Amino acid sequence: MSFYSNSARFNEARRVAVFGGTHGNEMSGVTLVNLWMKNSAEIQRKGVETKPFITNPKAVDTCTRYVDMDLNRAFTPENLSAPGGDDLPYEVQRAQEINRMFGPKGSPEAYDVIFDLHNTTSNMGCTLILESSKDHFNLQMMTYIKKAIAPDTCLVLLNEHPLLKYSTTRSVAKHPVGLEVGPQPQGVLRSNIFEAMRVIIKHALDFIQLFNEGMEFPPCTVEVFQVSERIDYPRDANGNIIAMVHPSLQDCDWEPLNPGDPMFQTFDGKTIHYQGSSTIYPTFINEAAYYEKQQAFVITRRETLVASAIRKA
Amino acid sequence: MEEDKVLCLPRLSQVAVCGGTHGNELSGVYLVRELLKAKKNVTKQEDEEEEAVPLLMVLSHPLQQCFRYIDTDLNRCFTHASLSGPMSGMTPYEIIRARQLNTMLGPKGSHGAVDLVCDLHNTTANMGLCLITYSDCDWICLHIFRHLQKQMPDIPLRYIHFDVSNKESYSLDSVGKHGFAMEIGPQPHGVVRSNIYMAMKAGVQHMLDWVQSFNSGSTFEEGFVDVFTMVKHIDYPRDSETRTITAAIHPQLQDQDFCLLRPGGPLFQTFSGETLRYKGDEPLYPFFINECAYYEKGIALSLARKRQVMVPAIRVQTEQEQQANNQRFASEEEE
Repeated sequence: MSFYSNSARFNEARRVAVFGGTHGNEMSGVTLVNLWMKNSAEIQRKGVETKPFITNPKAVDTCTRYVDMDLNRAFTPENLSAPGGDDLPYEVQRAQEINRMFGPKGSPEAYDVIFDLHNTTSNMGCTLILESSKDHFNLQMMTYIKKAIAPDTCLVLLNEHPLLKYSTTRSVAKHPVGLEVGPQPQGVLRSNIFEAMRVIIKHALDFIQLFNEGMEFPPCTVEVFQVSERIDYPRDANGNIIAMVHPSLQDCDWEPLNPGDPMFQTFDGKTIHYQGSSTIYPTFINEAAYYEKQQAFVITRRETLVASAIRKA
Repeated sequence: MEEDKVLCLPRLSQVAVCGGTHGNELSGVYLVRELLKAKKNVTKQEDEEEEAVPLLMVLSHPLQQCFRYIDTDLNRCFTHASLSGPMSGMTPYEIIRARQLNTMLGPKGSHGAVDLVCDLHNTTANMGLCLITYSDCDWICLHIFRHLQKQMPDIPLRYIHFDVSNKESYSLDSVGKHGFAMEIGPQPHGVVRSNIYMAMKAGVQHMLDWVQSFNSGSTFEEGFVDVFTMVKHIDYPRDSETRTITAAIHPQLQDQDFCLLRPGGPLFQTFSGETLRYKGDEPLYPFFINECAYYEKGIALSLARKRQVMVPAIRVQTEQEQQANNQRFASEEEE
């Protein structure tokens, strides 16, 4: 019997995957998944099949972000149905293979939950990435994780912006969860970052087990940071960067940026100020991989979402 | 100061500042680009000022797309063996590029080589600003370091010495008569952090100011410098079959570059939580702790001994002294 009216029902989450190496130089996920592929005891939960998986093995071998194109942008409908086999870019081939193994995306056969492990050079701490504000299962899981790791913090980034949203590796699943932990340089393994990621996955799997065993999770509010805009570096006519993230903004992910605050510093020391009309919350500040994607940081706005009560069907 | 205690050294007629030797170490890439831009934009005035220090600015790796290297590490291609020998269609790009740089700035070991090479680098390790050289008695480099110490008191500064012979020296800075790498961290590869960039910009400017002052005849007083001489490297523990690492730098060692590591001190934390400790007998100073590019070179950290080096007073040779020196050099060559 449900204690809550309008408790959303979800099927038990029986098939779960943990992805590492979507970007081959983001070392926490690569290391954790390799560890769990050797010995999966830590990630096993009763009634759940949890599969650790390296999504981009060639990029992992060369310790690069990708081989031909960013795997975490590759899961578009066009790519997933493209003919061409071996002639396709490596990551498109991988996307099709992953869609076969863990999808098909959008179908009832798709995996229930996929956790995709990432690192960032930005000072984002532990960040859970949500792709839909209506995914009450994920909202409840993220609330559970935040409570479980308190007083340590974990923020929720919501990206359902129609233009800025992208087709991620995890999007193959019914409930995709991105886990981004930083700051960590590409190609480097820092043990504090590694352990933080490990603890979050532990709590996430605990939640899934509790849910599957019939626990009902009451309605709750969830604070999220919703992606609203991408800001590029100032560039010259040839496209070369002409200013750096200002020292006052560097490492200040999630802190309010007010109109008039310093934003960039030119190479000869001049300050460029934020010209927007309201306070925003920047994140992904100075992420190495985003220089080529024309992104110095992402603007988010603080929102409060309401998650309905959930229990298993 | 007694005149005969002042060493007289040849004028530094040409200085080269190189950036992008590793294409993803961005402070140097951007700084050299900006210096080249500034040079283009300088308009000549009526009473032309003489260029302060004849300066060559070199983007070592112009084709780079933000990787450390294309075929092989350019900064290991400057041994005498790599710089000579046959080339073929299969010769790695960086070996070819090293020879071009050797022609431009060298030839290494010859009378015609530039007087001073400053090669700009970044590291993911928490090393502050380091000058890295092959000599602990290159008084030019040591006086430049002393000058930086005076001018940049808020930046952690260290002088690192790799005891490698000229024959075996392998990096770009070994092409000049004097040379050093200016290594600044921590900065992730592929990122430019404004505080790191500005520190590098200031370091280069102070170096050039010192060279100008030296060439103008200033005398630089003697003094002591703490020199860190590399003793050994320590690799990560690895799986015997796959060679993948089985532990990470211990959280108590991470970011503790140049903090004395004593026997028994924590080195690594395995993925099952065990602490692996330093088994050496001698307390040493760790540096390059968790440098990204060194995983593939089998280096988790390097260890150095610290000692004080007495740097004598120096000044530039007068023209007379220079001529006498050249004559002596010429007759030595004849012999």
